[in-house]
Amino acid sequence: MSATTGRLVIVGASLAGLRAAQALRADGFTGSLTIVGDEPHFPYDRPPLSKRTLTADLVPDNALPMPDGLDARWELGQPAVHLDTQRGAVTLGDGTRLAYDGVLVATGSTARGWHDPRSLPERGVLTLRTRDDALRLRAELPPGHKLVVVGAGFLGGEIAAAARARGVDVTLVEAASQPLERAIGAGPGAYMAELHREAGIDLRTGTTVADFRATGGRLTGVRLSDDSELPADVAVLALGAAPATAWLAGSSLDIGNGVRCDIHLRALTADGAVVPGVVAAGDVARVPHHLAGGAPIVLGHWSNAVEQGTAAAHTLLKPDDPRPFTGVPTFWSDLHDARIRSVGLPALADEVRVHEHDLAGRHLEVGYHRAGKLVGALTVGRTGRLTAYRHQLERDAWRARAATEPHRSPCRSSRS
Amino acid sequence: MQITVDMNVCESHGQCVFAAPEVFSFDDEDYLVYDAAPPDALRDKVEKAVASCPVRAITISAR
Ligand SMILES: Cc1cc2nc3c(=O)[nH]c(=O)nc-3n(C[C@H](O)[C@H](O)[C@H](O)COP(=O)(O)OP(=O)(O)OC[C@H]3O[C@@H](n4cnc5c(N)ncnc54)[C@H](O)[C@@H]3O)c2cc1C
Ligand code: SF4
Repeated sequence: MSATTGRLVIVGASLAGLRAAQALRADGFTGSLTIVGDEPHFPYDRPPLSKRTLTADLVPDNALPMPDGLDARWELGQPAVHLDTQRGAVTLGDGTRLAYDGVLVATGSTARGWHDPRSLPERGVLTLRTRDDALRLRAELPPGHKLVVVGAGFLGGEIAAAARARGVDVTLVEAASQPLERAIGAGPGAYMAELHREAGIDLRTGTTVADFRATGGRLTGVRLSDDSELPADVAVLALGAAPATAWLAGSSLDIGNGVRCDIHLRALTADGAVVPGVVAAGDVARVPHHLAGGAPIVLGHWSNAVEQGTAAAHTLLKPDDPRPFTGVPTFWSDLHDARIRSVGLPALADEVRVHEHDLAGRHLEVGYHRAGKLVGALTVGRTGRLTAYRHQLERDAWRARAATEPHRSPCRSSRS
Repeated sequence: MQITVDMNVCESHGQCVFAAPEVFSFDDEDYLVYDAAPPDALRDKVEKAVASCPVRAITISAR
């Protein structure tokens, strides 16, 4: 394929896929571009789904703006079911074969389900990943209804907060001793716990849901591992996300816990060989990260989907000049009236330094370190202070990048 | 180059500050302050800021 013509296929019609398409056209690609998505909708934004989509009086429009000049063929409402990397073709659910010169995998992730799905009541237990999921959940949240949220991570916490704002009775169940304990540490987790309790949410930590009660197929309550019973009209499972890779089974790609990529976002086989013409981006991609000591990780965040989508498009178009992806992750969450903003990878830390912890004033500043080195930071109401942390992490990223590409470093002569 | 930020939409994500610190910054209260007429030399950075703002609060106007 020449750099500007040929046939490119993007699988996954959401944030990473759309930004990749935009980058391809901006980089001068004039060939044919097909975007495949199993949802019937044009790309839309997911973060509002656990926030304004649940709380606003009218369901807000969360469509992502369509860039000018995209000139893409959209195959919506049907999944890709197979990738043939030998012959270069994607097969769709209706049997259509799309031959490609290059393919970008951006199928994101799906909500993790219950470990024993057959034990779930037919109605009343939901998950949240898509716009349709959000509308279903919204309809189940009239004031006074009783909601149990299983899992107090970012998503579970936001759903609990949104439901509470609508006057729903909310119980939030978390296995760890604080919400978000593994993600952001026990001290900052306790801060989030206080936010929930202040808002009138019944937070149960150190316990799990043992089973669900139902009458006539409809949820009526849950039993916790401490044997307490909670009445419930609706329950939401917020147990994390799993990369959507089932459709890649039988291809040569390594899809253990996400599409394994190299630092240029090129998909790899289980032996670590580059699969020609296949790149991945966003929630589905597992990419080496310098902050994780070069270990491949999945970053399920909005900004990451934007940055990787753009970077993967570049690699696809210019295979001979791929840029390494060394972005500094950023993440946000809105919990009650607290704007949580973070940079780097707080979950990697072995040391958590709390510089400010002011619940009443809605201020929090935390630095995260591993083996004495900064790996992340998190703030509430102090986004301004994140800039310095971010600069530090960026400098480290730049050094990591220079180390992988000695010939690009201006202050070092090429050794190979 | 002329830019505007819709402050009713801005949620202090800071992505613009990361992308173009010459143009965007925060005051002590975490409110965004910005240069509404940055030099054209910063166009690439400002475009990056526009693309990375999660709530699409920033617009570049024609004049
Ligand atoms: C409710 C919710 C709230 C969130 N809030 C935040 C937040 O506050 N901050 C933040 O940083 N991030 C947040 N996120 C995460 C953020 O939305 C994701 O990181 C982002 O959507 C990832 O984009 P993506 O394009 O990689 O994947 P996705 O958005 O998951 O899109 C993948 C698309 O591919 C489709 N697909 C899957 N399999 C196939 C197939 N076989 N064939 C065709 N199409 C397929 C899917 O249906 C989907 O449309 C939130 C996510 C959710 C669900
Ligand atoms: S990136 Fe957008 S939301 Fe964030 S501070 Fe800038 S304008 Fe505001």
